[in-house]
Amino acid sequence: MKITFDWLKDHLKTNLKEKNLLEQLTNIGLEVESVESLSSENQLFKVAKIIKTEKHPNADRLKVCDVNVGDKELKKVVCGATNANEGLITVYAPPGAIIPKTNTKLEIAKIRGITSYGMLCSESELNLSDESDGITELSKKYEKNIGKSYFSKSKSNSIDLSITPNRPDCLGVKGIARDLAAAGFGKLILSKEKQIKLKTKQTLKVKIKKEKGQGCSSFGSCLIKNVKNTESPQWLKDKLISVGQKPISAIVDITNYVMLDINRPLHAYDADKIEKGIIVRNSKSGEEFKALDNKIYKLEKGMCVISDNKGVLGLGGIIGGTRSGTEFNTKNILLESAYFDPRSIRNTAKKLNLDTDAKFRFERGIDPLSIETGLKKAASLIQEICGGEVSKIDIQKIGSYKVKTINFDVNSFENIIGFKISEKEMRRILTDLGFIIKKEKNFLKLSVPSWRPDISQQIDIIEELVRVSGYDKIKTLDPIKDRSKSTLTQTQRLFHFLQRAIASKGYLETITWSFTGQSYNDHFRETNKEVKIVNPISSELGVLRNSIFSNLIMYMSKNLDRGFKDLSIFEIGPIFTGSNPGEQKTVVCGLSAGKKSRLSWIDKERDIDLFDAKRDVVQTLSEAGYNSDQFFIDSKTPNYYHPGKSGRIFLDHKKDKVAAYFGEIHPNILKKIDIKTENLIGFEIFLENLKLSSKTLKDQKLQFAVSDFQKSERDFAFVVNKDVEAQELIDVISNVSPDLISNIKVFDVYEGKNIPDNQKSIAINITIQSSEKTLNDKDLEKINNSIIVAVENKIGAKIRS
Amino acid sequence: MSDLKKIRDEFISKLKGKLDLAELNQIKSDLFGKNGLVSSQFKKIGTIDVSERKKFASDLNIIKDELQDLINLKINEIQNANINEKLEKEKIDVTLPERSFVRGKIHPVSQTIDEISSIFSEIGFSIEEGPDVENEYNNFTALNTPDNHPARDMHDTFYLDDKKERLLRTHTSPVQIRTMLKDKPPFKIIAPGRTYRSDSDQTHSPMFHQVEGLHIDKNINMGHLKGCLNYFIKEFFEVKKIKMRFRPSHFPFTEPSAEVDIGYKIKDGKIIIGEGDQWLEILGCGMVHPNVLKNVKVDTTKFQGYAFGIGIDRLAMLKYGINDLRAFFDCDYRWLNHFGFDPLDVPTNYRGLSR
Repeated sequence: MKITFDWLKDHLKTNLKEKNLLEQLTNIGLEVESVESLSSENQLFKVAKIIKTEKHPNADRLKVCDVNVGDKELKKVVCGATNANEGLITVYAPPGAIIPKTNTKLEIAKIRGITSYGMLCSESELNLSDESDGITELSKKYEKNIGKSYFSKSKSNSIDLSITPNRPDCLGVKGIARDLAAAGFGKLILSKEKQIKLKTKQTLKVKIKKEKGQGCSSFGSCLIKNVKNTESPQWLKDKLISVGQKPISAIVDITNYVMLDINRPLHAYDADKIEKGIIVRNSKSGEEFKALDNKIYKLEKGMCVISDNKGVLGLGGIIGGTRSGTEFNTKNILLESAYFDPRSIRNTAKKLNLDTDAKFRFERGIDPLSIETGLKKAASLIQEICGGEVSKIDIQKIGSYKVKTINFDVNSFENIIGFKISEKEMRRILTDLGFIIKKEKNFLKLSVPSWRPDISQQIDIIEELVRVSGYDKIKTLDPIKDRSKSTLTQTQRLFHFLQRAIASKGYLETITWSFTGQSYNDHFRETNKEVKIVNPISSELGVLRNSIFSNLIMYMSKNLDRGFKDLSIFEIGPIFTGSNPGEQKTVVCGLSAGKKSRLSWIDKERDIDLFDAKRDVVQTLSEAGYNSDQFFIDSKTPNYYHPGKSGRIFLDHKKDKVAAYFGEIHPNILKKIDIKTENLIGFEIFLENLKLSSKTLKDQKLQFAVSDFQKSERDFAFVVNKDVEAQELIDVISNVSPDLISNIKVFDVYEGKNIPDNQKSIAINITIQSSEKTLNDKDLEKINNSIIVAVENKIGAKIRS
Repeated sequence: MSDLKKIRDEFISKLKGKLDLAELNQIKSDLFGKNGLVSSQFKKIGTIDVSERKKFASDLNIIKDELQDLINLKINEIQNANINEKLEKEKIDVTLPERSFVRGKIHPVSQTIDEISSIFSEIGFSIEEGPDVENEYNNFTALNTPDNHPARDMHDTFYLDDKKERLLRTHTSPVQIRTMLKDKPPFKIIAPGRTYRSDSDQTHSPMFHQVEGLHIDKNINMGHLKGCLNYFIKEFFEVKKIKMRFRPSHFPFTEPSAEVDIGYKIKDGKIIIGEGDQWLEILGCGMVHPNVLKNVKVDTTKFQGYAFGIGIDRLAMLKYGINDLRAFFDCDYRWLNHFGFDPLDVPTNYRGLSR
């Protein structure tokens, strides 16, 4: 919403300066987005006429124009617009001018070898409209203004306000003035309605059909006959230009002016083009009409349309149609001022994907009691500028407007806001805002002004009072440093711990989007449900990720392309298993590429491998408090891992829920993604699958018990079938005598010479220690034998001689 | 000259010569071995006349000590020389690089979340979470933003079905709803997390982070809100004083609503928070709308309170001088390394939020 201080002064008597105004606007919740200077700089933009055009010698699409800018000599300007034709009157910007849209300073420039002195501007470049197709076209009447400034001299800047959606009343200059006056910034000028003589009857019949879901509850109109539509007078043009609107014709300009001034949208029809009368009704399915934006809209059933006998004339409160539009030769006009239901407006506009100024206003709520005021204001201006006779005003209604009342307890203000204002001051503010106050025993009975659809309960009144009194009056009550509940839950603590534990192992934490590309996702989706986004920002980001790998692998690849070879990254975040709230899991996902000890003078370099990832996972889990001695590990993993070089970890042998996967990423995926690295290793830890201990750490700690009796170490080498896993062997051995076997360590795995083809040798170091005595040779011998026998019986392994 | 003196003189003079370790050991054995010269003398003690025996024994001990000390000295000298010689040979170029190491880093957003949590923890807030996928009710309707409310246009929403019932939450505010439906008042929570809007350009990312705050209790008024945020901003930016401005605004789920600006200035290309005349909008807040409280069955005659929502990424950018939002999610190794934090740098109250 753009306003100028000058325009505000039509409604506000004040001695204060613009600087105070800007501050005050922001203080009462009408945020100043920007202030655009219209004064000195914009005086550089001149009305100009193209005298001659030639094709640019070096460019097909460019023209070299000789332009009359009011000087003795013509200016040479290079222009690419198709409408830059001889005789066109347009707007010229000389070198040094600042183009409003881009905020760039124009310089004399050579364009394909031809020097261009300035530029011919499009409406969009002048911030007049969004029209960027071609340069501004001005009517012949501007001929006399050639060489003069296009923008009128205005002392006032254009102030762009961001009006929150609850304040439709402030979409009119008057509403803003009212708010300012309530806040003590001057006095609201109560403009008297201009009295015009309304003699003739409104002869065009208007009917609002009583239908279910009728979006129009009130339709006011008047006929103005024998008008001469013309260009607007300078004052009106200046006003519109000052807030960034382009003057079109008097009738259109007047309706725009009334809309901007008091937020009362109006629509002018060419009355002669209306067949018989106006019918406001619900649209039928499939009805079509051509709107003023020159597009044809096909309507669904139940949209509020203004129609005549022939069909749809326009969408009520959204956009008019070309069939009944006014033109310069329009003689008789019907002026519409109606009330449309915000819901109906919004539904229709959404379905048709239409956004207009009228729609923006109606969907926020127009003052239902402004119908007559608006008609009168516009009609009198039309009569003044275009002549003609204005008919009596006809208002059709289905239902009547009821004034809202609120019982306001004055004490509620301090209760919510924390400071006090006197009842007298409250009454002053509310009166200034247009409330009518009746004092009752325990409360004030407030009648809400019709232009405030946002106000319906006590809290709305409190807001008005504090907003106008000033938020700076709110006290700053320091918080009390007191905690009655622990900050983090156990799961949140675990999240935290895993995050930092993985990072401490050399992984860089990344945060990637929760959505990803379908093709990447499919590599890691398995049989999980694909969760599509209906309206993604691009098709490459069209699904919620089923695995974090999809994003990590893509970014890993990008980093490898940047020339980094050995890299570990991870992310902790959600993956999605469905499109319902809660169908998500928290995963810690890591990915490592390249080598260890690359180009080391001291260590032997090697490809990174799954045991690196396994270490990181197992170490992290044990740091988090899980006993790695109890882990159960097997090789059943999702198909995006290398089937032979990956594993999964359970926290114990009950194998309840998978705690983690680790392993090489499947070579097929590397091939498809075309990722260039020696090896790519990943892991996933599933936060929700990690059982939380019900005991606190201090309860979990076992009693400190160590044995000082001598310990013995024994080495064994067992020859086993190739498919026997080390874990089986360890399990069997530790079960032989859990009290005495305190540590088991695999220190060699060997296949090859001296070992049968389908077998391998596993060498194990076993620590034996009693907590009761020093074991003698006989004891040790006995354990040795038990181990050998157990391993032979249960696994079929032979001790290697 | 007695035998003892003879032995002494002979060996002292021997020991003065240049000897290696083997020769020294030989001498040691010649003197103190089983049948060594000194050892034999000790055996003689019993045969010596009583009148001279005491003196003899004393002399013998003196000689023994003298010779022994000298031999040990010599041996020590040689051993030291040997070690020194070895050390001389073993000198290595210590300027060669150490064994390689890699440093992991914590993402600035995670670090910032931890900083925020640490600050609010001090004043009694606990952390709540909610799902990224929300239903339309929790994200909008329950928050006093019914369908067809123009405020919905301010949120460019990602939908997961054509009926627009499932969506990616556009703010962390639905956690308010979940929290209040789940428990009974009072509530004092913050809820950091991912949020989504279908907006993507230089300054907008389709995914970003917010932290929601909610404090509902008896007699909580707007002054408490101001005090809480004033405290938070001061702590977060680790400055003694801040300039803060509450500006009226509108959010459907709070009333009165405010946007909060902080004063700043640019000095030598760096932003300084808490000084200067420029204002920067950093968060939105307000008193929770009675309609919202009614939707979650909180008795509005007894309970009231405030809520706020802060953009985490933006706070991180301000505090750590990061100027491109998009880079947060680009995973550029160099960026992560530069702006990331050491995992051991856990923000806590007692050791400070940041180094």
